Amino acid sequence: MTEPVIEAANVSKSFGSGPAWVQALKDINLTLNGGELTVLMGPSGSGKTTLLSILGCMLAPTVGTVRVCGTTTSGARPEQLAKIRRQHIGFVFQSYHLFSTLTVAENVRLALDVRGERGLKAMAKTEEILASVGLTPKLASFPRQLSGGEQQRVAIARAIVAEPSAILADEPTAALDAANGQATMAILSAIAKERGRAVLVVTHDPRLFGFADRIVYIEDGALRREQSTDLSSTDAQQR
Amino acid sequence: MNAFVTPSVPALAMRLRRLDRPGSTFQRQPGLRNMSLVFTLAMRNLFQDRLRFIASLMGIVFSVVLVMVQMGLYFGFSGMITTVIDHTSTDLWIVSSGTKYFEDLSLLNTGMRDRLLKIEGVSTVVPGVAGFSAWRLPDGAMTSIFIIGTDLTHGGLAPWNVVEGTAQSLATPRTVVIDRSYYDRLGASGVGATAQIRGLPVTVGAVTDGIRSFTTTPYVFSDLRDAWAYTGLPASFTSHFLVRLKPEADIERTRQNIVSSISGIQALTPDQFREQSRSFWLFRTGAGAALVAGALLGVIVGTVIVAQTLYSSTKDHLYEFATLRAMGASNSYIYQVIICQALVNAIIGFAIAALIGSAVVHFTAKSALQVVITPNLIVELFVLTIVMCVVSAITAIYRVVRVDPAIVLTR
Repeated sequence: MTEPVIEAANVSKSFGSGPAWVQALKDINLTLNGGELTVLMGPSGSGKTTLLSILGCMLAPTVGTVRVCGTTTSGARPEQLAKIRRQHIGFVFQSYHLFSTLTVAENVRLALDVRGERGLKAMAKTEEILASVGLTPKLASFPRQLSGGEQQRVAIARAIVAEPSAILADEPTAALDAANGQATMAILSAIAKERGRAVLVVTHDPRLFGFADRIVYIEDGALRREQSTDLSSTDAQQR
Repeated sequence: MNAFVTPSVPALAMRLRRLDRPGSTFQRQPGLRNMSLVFTLAMRNLFQDRLRFIASLMGIVFSVVLVMVQMGLYFGFSGMITTVIDHTSTDLWIVSSGTKYFEDLSLLNTGMRDRLLKIEGVSTVVPGVAGFSAWRLPDGAMTSIFIIGTDLTHGGLAPWNVVEGTAQSLATPRTVVIDRSYYDRLGASGVGATAQIRGLPVTVGAVTDGIRSFTTTPYVFSDLRDAWAYTGLPASFTSHFLVRLKPEADIERTRQNIVSSISGIQALTPDQFREQSRSFWLFRTGAGAALVAGALLGVIVGTVIVAQTLYSSTKDHLYEFATLRAMGASNSYIYQVIICQALVNAIIGFAIAALIGSAVVHFTAKSALQVVITPNLIVELFVLTIVMCVVSAITAIYRVVRVDPAIVLTR
């Protein structure tokens, strides 16, 4: 059995103290495996974003451990967490967060640049990845010259160009129309299947379930249900 | 021209973007190919809000020009204070004990010359007379002048930068040498002009260029004997002695011997006299302190303006910096972006300031108080500008290191 790409064990997270104390996550156990697209589903305020932040090494859990590609993040300093993100995780954001002053090619190349990958090889990799998401004609365009769907494809290209083991996508289709949403999910699904990456997609949109290998439901900071979409082995886990 | 470029994109941004094209200079030159996007990002962040960039540049230019002019005035003033000392060839200056600078009136008994000559190591002793007097213009108006009486035949201090006539003309009685920058003040127009000093008729025998007094009172060179008459000093007194030593003599030992042998005097090497003069005018009068304070103010103003601009630019791009952090960019990568912005500000700002500074130097070249900008000052100002801009980046860096990368998930 292959090692999980990201593994959260008994993770809890709380914020504030005294009357302002809030428990955002309660005893979460979750693994993300390579070649699998997991959908994280839950109502607003259920803790999806907090969980994504912890799995993405942007936030430290109050209790529990997170392991990314075998490396535990417990006690890691911000620079060490940044290194883990740099080496193993790619992010896709709801608002894309592209750099408005950089071209499409530069936005994607930036993910390589922060890893110290420069020169012709980096440029070739950038062009190749943009071609794979159908954006070759837009290499020199600026984000403001692209549609929402195109911008999200640039963001996906940026997330995968450095070949991270895990892609964490925060509501990647929320700002897109149905067709672009489906196209985005198709790309993310292909990344999981064809490139063997672990993909976690946070979404509200039940129309996207068709792309999921596994659906995880979160509510009030706790995982309520985990459902495999593989019909031959339907495995609903009720907590 | 790139089809996607809109008119709002700065020309520099367009040029930088073109570097990415296949077959471009960027692709052909390994050095450029390996260039990080740090520079590109920094440049575009700066050029995105051109108004803010211009405001920042103006702050730097104002600051650097202010520092440049203040320091230039300091050097100009400093040079003028010691101009006579700088142009006098002597081993030691003998002045009375209370004398602080060349123009500070000093009275020494002429008979002291013989006592000085008897001191071991002393070769020659040349007396000199200096003092204020009154110059009567042809129209009858009076103006004050500063007489420098010299004994050229025995190696007294001679006028320099003579552009008309010769210094030797002073050997002719009632002949003086003036500087052409004081033509209007003295009502003279060159060699052959006449006037009166303390009622005695004088003729201009030679003209110099650029010998200006920091007191703004014109220097007038004359023969030593005439100087006594012009200043009203009795011939038994002199203002200073120029002492030259024998080749084998030790300057410091001879200086000590002179001071211990004759009371009420100072024996100063040119360096000591220069330092004493500068110290008095620049620091004891507060003139230098005012110039240095002005320069310091310039540095503070520049630092605050650049810091404010970089901070506001960083704040505007906070989500981009948070995205960089989320992508795993190291702190040093992010620092580089901000410092690169600061350096671009510094280099462009300094270049503009240097142009303005050279214009100021040009326009003050013939004025009573020159702004003197030396190559060393240019280098020091450039370093100061870089340091100022990098220090200014600290507030922006302080803001960025506190940004939580998770904020990109909440917007």
